[in-house]
Amino acid sequence: MRNTFTIAGKELQGYFVQPVAYVVLTVFLLLGGWFFFAMLRQFDEMVQLIQMMGQADQLKQMNLNTRVIDPLLHDLSIVLVIVMPALTMRVFAEEKRTGTYELLLTAPIRTGEIVAGKFLASACFTLIMIAMAWIFPLILMIFGDPEVGVMAAGYLGLALLALSFVAVGLFTSSLTQNQIVAAISSFGMLILLYVISWPAEAGGGIVSSVLSYLSLPEHFSTMTRGVIDTRDIVFFLSVIVLALFLTQRSVESARWR
Amino acid sequence: MIEVKNLTKSYGNFVAVKGISFKAERGQILGFLGPNGAGKTTTMRIITGFMPATSGTVEIDGLDIFTNSLEARRRIGYLPETPPLYSDMRVESYLRFVAKLRGVKRSAVDGAVDHVVKVCGLTEMANRICGQLSKGYRQRVGVAQALIHDPPVLVLDEPTIGLDPRQIHEIRELIRGLSGERTIVLSTHILPEVSQICDKVVIINDGRVVLEENIAEIPVGTSLEEVFLHAIAREGHVEGASAEETLEEVSAGHSE
Repeated sequence: MRNTFTIAGKELQGYFVQPVAYVVLTVFLLLGGWFFFAMLRQFDEMVQLIQMMGQADQLKQMNLNTRVIDPLLHDLSIVLVIVMPALTMRVFAEEKRTGTYELLLTAPIRTGEIVAGKFLASACFTLIMIAMAWIFPLILMIFGDPEVGVMAAGYLGLALLALSFVAVGLFTSSLTQNQIVAAISSFGMLILLYVISWPAEAGGGIVSSVLSYLSLPEHFSTMTRGVIDTRDIVFFLSVIVLALFLTQRSVESARWR
Repeated sequence: MIEVKNLTKSYGNFVAVKGISFKAERGQILGFLGPNGAGKTTTMRIITGFMPATSGTVEIDGLDIFTNSLEARRRIGYLPETPPLYSDMRVESYLRFVAKLRGVKRSAVDGAVDHVVKVCGLTEMANRICGQLSKGYRQRVGVAQALIHDPPVLVLDEPTIGLDPRQIHEIRELIRGLSGERTIVLSTHILPEVSQICDKVVIINDGRVVLEENIAEIPVGTSLEEVFLHAIAREGHVEGASAEETLEEVSAGHSE
């Protein structure tokens, strides 16, 4: 366990001295800010329009969460699909390239500890990033009266989504020394998980339900609407666990080839 | 001590190491010599547990590196061909990191780092970022990380490659000072290094051992270079007896 924390500590420190991490953070928050601004403006205009037209009952339907935070979270999740592979691509690929992989594999530590440590560090950084994005609900809370619980559920969903992206990214990084290959494969896998349910709408039966279940945005949407369903949490945790398991296998395989 | 028995390693159809066997006793410095591509680095990687052998065994202090991997690895300090430095870490933080990974107790980490910094002459560079170090200093940090947990076995892959004469001298002095109870295996293709520092030499060529001999047994007057060139000229044969033959051949060539 101690080794896991040693590796995690070193990796996390490493994040803060790399330009990539800061670029990702900036892009994420900048785009988030832009979407937030755009949504809020749209919301504001609609409210004014309704007020002008004197339809008070329609006003009640204008919910800050559904009109601003929900779409914001969905837009942020797309940004994450693009940006997370860039964050995770170097985690294993860089070590292989610089020769430090030999250091890790010849040290008296278990492969599982290596994978856990690296995931822990990436997860911490990612959660810091998501936490910084809480500024948007915070602004709403200062100037308005949004349902905090609903927004919190949405952010929990975003956090879980981001962590699954990290796990997938770690997996692809462990397969290659080339960071670009790792990034593109990760990106490809995430897109696939996003669109996997598209054919499902067409057909019917078991295949259709399986494909719908595997769709990431499905589970994410439930949470952004404010519903914390254990089924969704279990889904995300399963993705994370599966990806980390595959990563461990991939790293371990170096000892067997 | 290290015992390698019948080690074979093949990458698909290419057999890099063909049935290598040798032994390094406790306190011995063994020089692993061979032309480029002979299989030195591959053998070292198998000995340290980085990759598995296709067949054969390696025992470190009686522990099999494959079946008892974790325990065996605890006893080894390894300097790969390229020193495994993290270019964005400072020397001291890096050594601290390796110390913890290698199982040095938390309370002993500071002491171990200080000691190893002194022994390897890194005091001035302790706060420098690894990526900014010159080749000579990188090599020294590499030796430092191999030593940090005071291992009974040291495996050094080409420790003096690319260094200037003064640095080479310093590293050799360093290695000589390290032996004592430690078993050291170092690979090189610098012959004087072997004759100066090592107690035993193993010459490999084309994946096979062509000579395994104590330095003391090599007759005075014969240069290691002659022994080496003769050894690799023969069509891949094995240890023990052929060492005598090789040495006889060399002496015979002398008296001609």
